[in-house]
Amino acid sequence: MSLNPVSRDWRGLVLPAVFIAVWALVTHAGWVNTKLIVPPEKVLVVAWDYIVHGDFIKALLASLTRDGAGFVAGSLAGIALGSLLGVSRWAERLIGPTFHTIKQISLFAWIPLLSIWLGYNDTSRIVFVAVSVFYPVTLATFEGVKSVTRVQIEVAQVYAFTRSQLFTRLILPAASPQIITGLNLGLVYAWLATIGAEFLLPAYGDVGLGDTVIRGRAAFNVELVIFGMVLIGTVGALLNQLATRLEARALRWRGDR
Amino acid sequence: MSSLTTALDSIALPLPSSPVLPRLARAGRLAGIVAAGALLPLALFALWQYAVDRQWLAEQILPPPSLVWQSLLELWDSGELLDHLTISLSRVAWSFVIGGGSGLVLGVALGLSRQVRAYVYPSFSVVSQFPVVGWIPLLIIFLGIDEALKIAAISLAVVVPVAVNTYKGIANIPRAWLEVGRVYGFSLPQTLARVVLPAAAPSVFNGLRQGVMQAWLTLVFVELLASSEGIGYLMVWGRQLLQLDLVVVAMIAIGAVGLVLDLSLRFAESRLLGWRRGAF
Repeated sequence: MSLNPVSRDWRGLVLPAVFIAVWALVTHAGWVNTKLIVPPEKVLVVAWDYIVHGDFIKALLASLTRDGAGFVAGSLAGIALGSLLGVSRWAERLIGPTFHTIKQISLFAWIPLLSIWLGYNDTSRIVFVAVSVFYPVTLATFEGVKSVTRVQIEVAQVYAFTRSQLFTRLILPAASPQIITGLNLGLVYAWLATIGAEFLLPAYGDVGLGDTVIRGRAAFNVELVIFGMVLIGTVGALLNQLATRLEARALRWRGDR
Repeated sequence: MSSLTTALDSIALPLPSSPVLPRLARAGRLAGIVAAGALLPLALFALWQYAVDRQWLAEQILPPPSLVWQSLLELWDSGELLDHLTISLSRVAWSFVIGGGSGLVLGVALGLSRQVRAYVYPSFSVVSQFPVVGWIPLLIIFLGIDEALKIAAISLAVVVPVAVNTYKGIANIPRAWLEVGRVYGFSLPQTLARVVLPAAAPSVFNGLRQGVMQAWLTLVFVELLASSEGIGYLMVWGRQLLQLDLVVVAMIAIGAVGLVLDLSLRFAESRLLGWRRGAF
């Protein structure tokens, strides 16, 4: 895992530094309305407050729990359906067209329906995250299982694999590169859906990073909105990094590719 | 080429005795596949109707299919549905032009210039991993909840995939191709037009396709969060009035537009990039 040479380059720091310098300059020189564009140190003060009072950890944990619960539920369902569609041609013919049609409905369009059926609460948020993970994982698993060759199946038959052995020893490992790519994509969507659900399915008194930002906006607390946004972005970027690392590690057995 | 394949075909299949039967069998199989695909929707539909007939759930929670169909027809006939869709689609189109254009410029700059890459890429790669919806509250503070917000948010969603894929497309051009261009004494515009652009085109197109899909996703989100017109607003309105038939109609419309966008992009891709598959 070689470090990207660019990331060690000081030139990459110029842009953020200039940005912060300009931000500090325009707010302190009084060229802009500081209620709207708040000075950078104020954001730090609010951030410090938020972290010290422990709200930060609570909100972060609440959001990550939703994210995780939805991710696990959605990916298990996705792997199950994807395998079924990949293994059985009849299942593909029966369920495939419906799946591909429903998939076309943009993700967030489910939110009003979910809010009526399940209410504004954690259940509907987690279900929404699960739905967002379900599509990419199902598609990826399906493609992975389809990539198993007839020759591989014949070898397994020579060894007289049972059905469950065939599944756990041949199909799942053979499909794992695609499945892991799908899970990776699912993780990105899960975080987007978590924040989106916290914005669009607000429950009174609920905690979460998205809830914090929405509340900050309602109170016109620009510092909190900026801090919350940076947090959301950082967590998203970290999850991304984590997923990429795990993908590389999980697929190491395939040899260098 | 085509004469060769027909020649090969005639060798492989020496004059079928009756050409009608296999064709009938193929048509029958195709009909079977279509019927199988229709089975599940029909079953779900029957269950829906049955649940309504038995009054398992209140009408506000599960509207009868006939009501959804009626609302769809009404909204279509009055032109309301089309109006909302036109507004939404024009937002997507503007954002696609703005976001796609800036994404292309950024991607090309990152791909071609080592300096730009060194200065901009680290910041870009971090910021591009921020989920788009995270930006929206900040944008609301600066831009309000009007048209500017929607265009800005959707454009942001388009910039990232277009820039990333353009950059990758250019970065993955084999060095040898550029060297051949140099041997021929290509000028910079010539190198761009004859080597860089065609070589990067598949990746760029892929980015544009992802951009359109991201734009559509973000549009629905922004319209649900803050709007007074557009297809997402129709859903919010139906939700507030507890008229689920309106919500379902809007979902159908959103799905239909998604499908049309996806199919037309696939078609455009196969048309524009058809030359790549010419050999096979």
